[in-house]
Amino acid sequence: MTTREWLLSDNPVSRRQARLGQSYRTWLDFRRNGLAMFGLAIVLVLVLVAIFAPWLAPHDPLIGDLRTTRLLPPLSEGHLLGTDDQGRDILSRLIWGSRITLAVVALVVVIATPVGLLVGTTAGYFGGWVDTVLMRFTDVVLAFPKLILALAFVAALGPGIENAIIAISITAWPPYARLARAETLTIRNSDFIAATKLQGARPARIIWKHVVPLCMSSVIIRVTLDMAGIILTAAGLGFLGLGAQPPQPEWGAMIAGGRNFLVDQWWVATMPGLAIFIVSLGFNLLGDGLRDVLDPRRRT
Amino acid sequence: MSLLEVENLRVTFPTRHGPSEVVRGVSFTLGRERLGIVGESGSGKSQTGRALLGLTPPPGKATADRLSFDGSDLRGLSAREWRSLRGQRMSMVMQDPKFSLNPVMPVGKQLMEALRTHGTPRAQAKRASLDMLEAVQIRDPERVFRAYPHELSGGMGQRAMIAMMLVSEPDLLIADEPTSALDVTIQIEVLRILDRLVTDRGMGLIFISHDLRLVSSFCDRVLVMYAGRVVEELRASELHAAQHPYTRGLLNCLPQIDGDRRPLPTLDRDAAWAE
Amino acid sequence: MTTRTNRGRRGALWIRKAASVTGTVAVTFLGLLIVTFLIGRVVPVDPVLSVVGDRATQAQYDAAYRALGLDKPLVEQFWIWLLKVFQGDFGNSFLTTRPIAVDIARVFPATLELATVSIVIGTVIGIPMGVWAAVNQGRWIDHVVRVVGLIGYSAPVFWLGLMGLLLLYFKLDLVSGPGRVDITYEYDFTPKTGLFLIDTAMQGAWGAFGNVVSHIILPASLLGYLSLAYISRMTRSFMLNELSQEYITTARVKGVPEWRIIWVQAMRNAAVPLVTVIALSYANLLEGSVLTETVFAWPGLGLYLTNSLQNADMNAVLGGTLVIGAIFVGLNMVSDLLYTLLDARTRKR
Repeated sequence: MTTREWLLSDNPVSRRQARLGQSYRTWLDFRRNGLAMFGLAIVLVLVLVAIFAPWLAPHDPLIGDLRTTRLLPPLSEGHLLGTDDQGRDILSRLIWGSRITLAVVALVVVIATPVGLLVGTTAGYFGGWVDTVLMRFTDVVLAFPKLILALAFVAALGPGIENAIIAISITAWPPYARLARAETLTIRNSDFIAATKLQGARPARIIWKHVVPLCMSSVIIRVTLDMAGIILTAAGLGFLGLGAQPPQPEWGAMIAGGRNFLVDQWWVATMPGLAIFIVSLGFNLLGDGLRDVLDPRRRT
Repeated sequence: MSLLEVENLRVTFPTRHGPSEVVRGVSFTLGRERLGIVGESGSGKSQTGRALLGLTPPPGKATADRLSFDGSDLRGLSAREWRSLRGQRMSMVMQDPKFSLNPVMPVGKQLMEALRTHGTPRAQAKRASLDMLEAVQIRDPERVFRAYPHELSGGMGQRAMIAMMLVSEPDLLIADEPTSALDVTIQIEVLRILDRLVTDRGMGLIFISHDLRLVSSFCDRVLVMYAGRVVEELRASELHAAQHPYTRGLLNCLPQIDGDRRPLPTLDRDAAWAE
Repeated sequence: MTTRTNRGRRGALWIRKAASVTGTVAVTFLGLLIVTFLIGRVVPVDPVLSVVGDRATQAQYDAAYRALGLDKPLVEQFWIWLLKVFQGDFGNSFLTTRPIAVDIARVFPATLELATVSIVIGTVIGIPMGVWAAVNQGRWIDHVVRVVGLIGYSAPVFWLGLMGLLLLYFKLDLVSGPGRVDITYEYDFTPKTGLFLIDTAMQGAWGAFGNVVSHIILPASLLGYLSLAYISRMTRSFMLNELSQEYITTARVKGVPEWRIIWVQAMRNAAVPLVTVIALSYANLLEGSVLTETVFAWPGLGLYLTNSLQNADMNAVLGGTLVIGAIFVGLNMVSDLLYTLLDARTRKR
């Protein structure tokens, strides 16, 4: 029996085989969606570029030669995408900048997802006034326009990449809380939770061991769909000078830096914008494909 | 000449595992009479009805060796030609008025649309609609005319539906489980209205149902369908003489007033019937 | 069951719904105020220093500290601030020295005009696109509409703005550049409503009108594209849902032409949730306007907010945040109520 046959077996003998088989079928579905595969490829390339930045970047991202390499157009000798007003190689800055972009996405996800899960599952599990208070609070945060709230927070905390990440995280968790609460409500009264309760498990343990794992998959889909939004918000903050500070090669800040040379040296502002666009398109295509494959309503 | 002639009708849907045939070579003729089609859910009876109206939902496909309505061939009609037939010369009453009426349009507007689509002037269409509502025994036609579907009870809604389908005086009416969503007490009433209108106007009727007894008491002839095929065709009056084991099985399952029926009979299915 | 009692019940339901929505909104507003106030408290900028300057004596400093009420407990400070906000007093801007409310009233029409033109563009193009995609589900048109939408989701709006300016203004000279109107036309009309399109048209200043149009068309198209992405996607999914309903089959049985089935029968049902979507996109445009206005030097709320941010003018930032937040919440409430009012089916129970 080949691995493929084992995975696609209609009569799995173990739970592991059933689960792996299900994942494999999902993958087969996903693989047929060309656009989603394209998105996955973009995201993979981004991750690889970020990991191997020191080896891939042809020049120093922070220091350029002001006398010889200032504002060179694309396809110049040794500078594929040209150089900026500081004489820095734009390609190298983009390559290093991918680390910042990826770090922002990763950190926001790592901060916002647990917060959302905690608030949502707690509200859903306990119900009553706990639910009312927590969800009201969630609604209040959700009622703010995201970028504006992030702006206000960064203004309060002071500009910088760390504060930008905190600000974006503060605006990002409410949808996950809502989702987790909805999922919790559907499983709260199920028999296995009642059985665990009878065994004397404390609420914290029930939530952590039984409720959270069941909420995970839908939250993960939602997080993937949000990643492009996180990238765009971070770039927007960078563009306004509230995110990563110079000379960091953050893509949004690079666009702001290129604004002054827009007419005569178009590439300085264009290239980082293209990078943001391609990467967030990649995340959007990936998220879209995942939703198509995993959304139970669209399954037949 | 018969109103409708069907020969070797097939309806197929493409699926991931290749094409799946849900109607597999159905043939029958229909005059100005009442024909019942009986079968379980999934037997292809509803898809047969829809195929006759050219409403096989895409990506499904309907083919037939012969499909003629009042002497003209229905195969390969253009969308426009189908539209001029539907509503005007053939129409269909569906199961549940809760879903088959547009929830955000007043009933009267939907009724008039059936006539206006085929070019009847507004005032005339309105008069005809009100008359038709009266003909399905609605006591206050003006009110129902203005009402939204959710403001009507199920029985009322289904009468409005029947009115909508008959207002253009078609030659053929397909009734697809027209009373299954209604309360039992109202079922009889609605059926009586349908029966009278069909008889008075001399239409052909195809009555699709899962309820063998209802069909046999209401129709002249009965087709019994199983797994996309007609397994037996007989006169309603000769039901007791049914030959096919499936029909006999269905008959056996009907409750009887006299006599103990224990143990309750179950329906046996033989894979060979589907071949 | 008669129509009359139904109408009565419908009225009662509408009032109940309005009451519950208003309650939710009141709580949300309070939260909005608290959050805004707290943000104002954690700023590293010393509000006293920005009043008295950094060369003040300790006595002057203490006097100003008390005058600003900073010696009182936090709750009391919040209460005082709240009373002021309800009177429309957000304090003065350090940057313009005018009351913030006056500043915001002055810049708001610019944002309103931009957002309105954008939403019109987004709706007029987005809805037909979504319908077109739904009718051709799974075919190449559907995929094209989907990709066009995803591109709208993925492109940073400020970058699109810069690219638009570069190409259409600097290189091709098809549209006017940053700002709302050229200085040569500025005195051809008096800004009464602050909405220049309306002002110029009402005063018959057609030359200025044309100039205003050529200024607004690029930023409004870009913002419109962003809302189009969302509107077309939601239209598609609503239409797909409606087109699979049984009443559509009924209409086909009646012989109703396909255009009427799509645009009258199905659209009437899809329109109800679409109103909500459009209201939400309108609210989202306020957000998009912050970055767009920066790029296009558009003298609206967004530009005011970013200018204040960059100059640490905290009163102005909080005032602007509060106003945008309030509009956001308000639009959400309106869309919620409209949904109840419009949807015949929600009146069922």
